[in-house]
Amino acid sequence: MSKPKVIWLQSISCNGNSHSFLNHSELFGILAHFELLYHPLLETPYGLEVLFEKSLACDILILEGSFRKEGFKKLGEEVFNVAYHYATLAKHIVTVGSCASFGGVFQAYDPEAITGFCFNGEQPTPLYEQFSSKLITLSGCPIHPKWLSFVLMSLAKSLPLPLDSLHRPEELYASTVHSGCSRNEYFEWKVDAKQFGQKEGCLFYEQGCQAPFTAGSCNKILWNESSSKTRVGTPCFGCTSPSFPKKGLFTTPKNMGIPASMPTGVPRRAYLTATGIAKSFTIPRLEGRLFTYEMAQKD
Amino acid sequence: MKRTDKRALKRESIIQVALQLFSLHGFHKTTIPDIASKLQMSVGNLYNYFSSKDVLAKEIIKYTSEVLGDEIRLINMKSISSEEKIHQIVEVYFTMTIEKPEMIEYFLRVYLSHREVFKDGCEGMTCVSGFMTEIMIFFDDGVASGELRNQDFFSAFGLFMGYLGGMAFLQGEEILPQRLSAYIDDTSRNIYYALKSEG
Repeated sequence: MSKPKVIWLQSISCNGNSHSFLNHSELFGILAHFELLYHPLLETPYGLEVLFEKSLACDILILEGSFRKEGFKKLGEEVFNVAYHYATLAKHIVTVGSCASFGGVFQAYDPEAITGFCFNGEQPTPLYEQFSSKLITLSGCPIHPKWLSFVLMSLAKSLPLPLDSLHRPEELYASTVHSGCSRNEYFEWKVDAKQFGQKEGCLFYEQGCQAPFTAGSCNKILWNESSSKTRVGTPCFGCTSPSFPKKGLFTTPKNMGIPASMPTGVPRRAYLTATGIAKSFTIPRLEGRLFTYEMAQKD
Repeated sequence: MKRTDKRALKRESIIQVALQLFSLHGFHKTTIPDIASKLQMSVGNLYNYFSSKDVLAKEIIKYTSEVLGDEIRLINMKSISSEEKIHQIVEVYFTMTIEKPEMIEYFLRVYLSHREVFKDGCEGMTCVSGFMTEIMIFFDDGVASGELRNQDFFSAFGLFMGYLGGMAFLQGEEILPQRLSAYIDDTSRNIYYALKSEG
């Protein structure tokens, strides 16, 4: 049985998702299941010139970077047209990263013209109707390498891949980034983090953490197989959301002390009642440092 | 009527009678036999509903908080401006002060004055969350719509509820030269001007 033919095409991109994928601990084991015809960074059988002749076959098209219909050319050709050509051929289109998925960071340069391939934020672009039946969205900035390998191997094995309304695999995006956070105890008892980079405290109340309302598995499929933003004391920036990037990522927007965004699906009354009661109690174990290192005395 | 419904009704009637007696005679001067006697029930039976006077006191504050919270919730759910909501909240509060003075009196003269009774079991917001949640929602909506100025919750809360509590106290002391209802418009306007966004 022949291997699925894969093309990885970059539009307006920082290379972030390509680089992230190169960090996959089993990169070449994964790629062995596919015929990777073109990748911007990896050695592949074909170069950009051949790719842009639009003569290659394609089963899985991976798109990275934001798109504009006109004004972003490589080799004198609009990248959008090349992407469109292979999109019509491919059995599956996987948009990797929030730029290709929703518009992402580059959209700020020209919000009217720059979008994701099939979504502009959470609104479908004109291409959506044509390609939605084969679209898989992997949003994130960047995506975790294992999110992509999960999707690729599922496609290679023809396994079912349930998707949410934005075409993101539910296996990866059905829960929030908050799920699995090592700070959940602090969230439950409403104990704020006192500063960035510490093990203690919840970053949702003051430091801008968007994990309770961001779909993703960052605290379940750990980064570098060991950690996540929130685990090292940095807020979740909500990078998998169609609204990414927001401004003021290190501050929680509040209305008279009440977080402007509620945890996903939690009614505001329920949240305020529960947190108001939790805040009424002091849990000494959660108030101080968990432990400190005694620094060795220098002679 | 189901037995559970009957029990719930009896429970509420105990709360209402105790609320009146506590507010009228003070927390310490009111005894469980006084409450039982007023309800024409035995002391032993009353203890089937509330195991102590302290437990009853805590249930009463939860009850009053829920009653006031329910009124404000109805206002919060209306599609009206924050200015109009302030007016309606003040109206509800002052009307309650006049028609059910025991509700407000209990808060001012029992809950706030006998912290030793409430310190275990009514920490912080736990017994007044029904009311506090609705006030938070009122502020949150007002700031989100741009009508109210974004500021620390407690500076806004203190201004709003401290003012209303002060007026209720003056009413209770019979110091006000006019009927309390005559102060609704000015009080509402003062609160709105203090809380509205600049510009």
